[in-house]
Amino acid sequence: MFRQRTIIPGFGLTFGFTVFYLCIIVLIPLSAIFIKTAGLGWDGYVAVALSRRALLAYRLSFGAAAIAAAINSVFGLIVAWVLVRYDFPGKRVVSALVDLPFALPTAVAGIALTALYAPNGWLGELLTPLGIKVAFEPLGVVVALTFIGLPFVVRTVEPVLADLGHDVEEAAASLGAGRRQTFTRVILPAILPSLATGFALAFARGVGEYGSVIFIAGNLPYRSEIAPLLIVQQLEQYNYAGATAIAATMLMASFAVLLAINLLQAWDRKRMAA
Amino acid sequence: MRAILGLTMLLAGTAMAAPVGAAPVTLLNVSYDPTRELYKDIDAAFAKDWQAKTGDVVTINQSHGGSGKQARSVIDGLEADVVTLALAYDIDEIAERAKLLPAAWQKRLPNNSTPYYSTIVFLVRKGNPKGIHDWNDLVKPGIAVITPNPKSSGGARWNYLAAWGYATKTLGAAKAKDFVTKLYHNVPVLDSGARGSTTTFVERGQGDVLLAWENEAYLATHEAGGDKFEIITPSVSVLAEPPVAVVDKNAAKHGTAKVAEAYLRYLYTPAAQEIIAKDFYRPRDPAVAAKYAAAFKPVQMFTIDRNFGGWTKTQAVHFADGGVFDQIFEAAKR
Amino acid sequence: MKGSVSEPAWVRWALIGVALAFLVLNLALPLAAVFAGAFAKGVAAFRTAVDEKDALAAMRLTLLVAGIAVPLNIVFGLAASWAITKFDFRYKSVLISLIDLPLSVSPVVSGLIYVLLFGLQGWLGPWLRAHDIQIVFAVPGIVLATVFVTFPFVARELIPLMQEQGRTDEEAARSLGASGLQTFWHVTLPNIRWGLLYGVLLCNARAMGEFGAVSVVSGHIRGLTNTLPLHIEILYNEYNYVAAFAVASLLAGLALVTLVAKSVLEWRFRDQLAGTGH
Repeated sequence: MFRQRTIIPGFGLTFGFTVFYLCIIVLIPLSAIFIKTAGLGWDGYVAVALSRRALLAYRLSFGAAAIAAAINSVFGLIVAWVLVRYDFPGKRVVSALVDLPFALPTAVAGIALTALYAPNGWLGELLTPLGIKVAFEPLGVVVALTFIGLPFVVRTVEPVLADLGHDVEEAAASLGAGRRQTFTRVILPAILPSLATGFALAFARGVGEYGSVIFIAGNLPYRSEIAPLLIVQQLEQYNYAGATAIAATMLMASFAVLLAINLLQAWDRKRMAA
Repeated sequence: MRAILGLTMLLAGTAMAAPVGAAPVTLLNVSYDPTRELYKDIDAAFAKDWQAKTGDVVTINQSHGGSGKQARSVIDGLEADVVTLALAYDIDEIAERAKLLPAAWQKRLPNNSTPYYSTIVFLVRKGNPKGIHDWNDLVKPGIAVITPNPKSSGGARWNYLAAWGYATKTLGAAKAKDFVTKLYHNVPVLDSGARGSTTTFVERGQGDVLLAWENEAYLATHEAGGDKFEIITPSVSVLAEPPVAVVDKNAAKHGTAKVAEAYLRYLYTPAAQEIIAKDFYRPRDPAVAAKYAAAFKPVQMFTIDRNFGGWTKTQAVHFADGGVFDQIFEAAKR
Repeated sequence: MKGSVSEPAWVRWALIGVALAFLVLNLALPLAAVFAGAFAKGVAAFRTAVDEKDALAAMRLTLLVAGIAVPLNIVFGLAASWAITKFDFRYKSVLISLIDLPLSVSPVVSGLIYVLLFGLQGWLGPWLRAHDIQIVFAVPGIVLATVFVTFPFVARELIPLMQEQGRTDEEAARSLGASGLQTFWHVTLPNIRWGLLYGVLLCNARAMGEFGAVSVVSGHIRGLTNTLPLHIEILYNEYNYVAAFAVASLLAGLALVTLVAKSVLEWRFRDQLAGTGH
């Protein structure tokens, strides 16, 4: 009932292991969040997780993550393209740099970014006279999340782009397609699933991010307060259930977004195959 | 736990030097953030003292983090023999939630179980360009005050309460909320912890005045080079008491109750008080205090117990969800 | 032939320019700020901070944790991507989304879940304490939290790649009489090795750099359960700005060491690499 006949073996083993490992590492521990939240009752849940202040915090966390992921989709694609297709001096160094946001502890990234964008920082000094305030404003959250999310887009698009042989493009070109047509009709459809994956991962990561954002955000309630900070505040009051209530809400919203993107991709693949 | 820890230490390649003769004792001191230097020196001094007295070798492991987070770790099973945190409320919670020590723990050692204390002071830029001398200068329009969020930082609750106490004393209890509201309207960045606020003020150049614990104000000026900032001591401030306690059940489990108590009592000795004063905490010992009088300006101090009715009440009234602090920001945004 | 499948020179250079400008702004400048902080008080201060007992213990622990977490997730990643891309089954999108899920869980919470399970007030806590087994506030908890945080990386790197490659190579190998393992080893693995390598690099970098989740379950015991990121936080919090940034730059360097290995591999196998664009 589950699968079509194929001569490739190993479904039972790999699928079974995948589900087992997923349950042990992710699903069972995460269920603790929902069980703890359930102890709060509906009214308690609404009071903590759906207050006006919490809603504004979700808006900032999800909104900034979406904007940052969009920025990364555009520039990440360009970076991946340049790294795969072109040769230029210092390419190795540039390639190594892309993974930096993962290697740097988030708090260090946050401190470094704030140092750059504060009114007395290297970039802040240039931006402040133009009336642009980044650090300690919601815009700072976008900056931090853009930093955090870049490797996701570059590293998911890169292998697909490298694997995409020149033969398809040559065929398109020999059939008289211009370069732009080749890109939009041949290359882009091929890399779109990976680009969407990159977007989804960068977005998901941005929503929950705490360490790097907390230094640059300003953290004023109703204005520049991210949702994970509310979780920390609940914990500081020893209110574990309140903390998990906010976490559960964010988790469900994130899962819905991820599922939507993955369904869209599956649908797109089917459409392409047909 | 010992077995697992031992195994993992072997895995990590950290072979513990096992001294010959007396059985080595290990204590775990779970402390709050900027006390690493302080306890590094105290631990070494105590180990020496203890060995001289009993012949036993004691190793003290240290854990540092935000005070509330550290208390939660102990509640959730971090096996601290002693805790040395930023406010009594956090140890109260350990007693209340995990029942690892009696509720009346604070009566067991002298001075409310606080062998050292501090207070809240102002850090201003060199030359004090905005002329900030006391709390009432902070609510003036155009003054930017940097202080962390008391809801996410235990230490920051002292800042808030210091301002509240000043207002109660000079303007009367009825005006206190209004005063503190005005003060927090002057806060442009509400960092999640004391260290974040210090960086915002010192490194990022934000704000005109930083509210800070006296010892942290000293650490910050030392880090920055010493001549860029001035410490202003207000007329009235709060007696900030970071308490210490033996976590009875853990100590009993490890068989360390005796040495744990001796360790905390050692903090009251002149030798330890000297180290304490050098690390910018105010010492309790009168002789040591007299010696370091120049570093610590006299200030009239009120206490949480006498003026606010204790931590449990203070927490519920001011910092719980929907409490006074939340109301301040809610009012601002409506 | 090359001219017809490439862009005009000005487009090429414009794209390179845009990419470099973005990377400088977004990555190089923050890195420069870290190094500026690390060397603010000279090389001597940097060396003292790095060559210290606690820093070395933290480094060992970080390497140990990454050394356990990364192989676990490689095995999982290979299994998951094989099951997902080589077969059709219902609710595949749900499964993929669940694999993504750990990414969207706030680091604060991904540590908390293990405390809720294994902590003294948690479900298994009292039993564990009675049997003297320590999971949270010891190395096992740190490993668990790290595995959780780096869970999706290898799988999510491989899934789009293997989807793009399809199943024809494997089906051909099978019909020519290769066993399943042979097919995987001689056909699939060579095809996906660069994607796998990227996934491992990301997974490793993140395993070493993770702060939030580990911070909740570590207990912060100096010399025993502090990883490098936690050690950095403690240094920073005790107003030792230079040392904190020095250790941070060391950590960045450590995680990026793998990239040098990648470059070497790429150079050694560049002939084969040139041939993979089938």
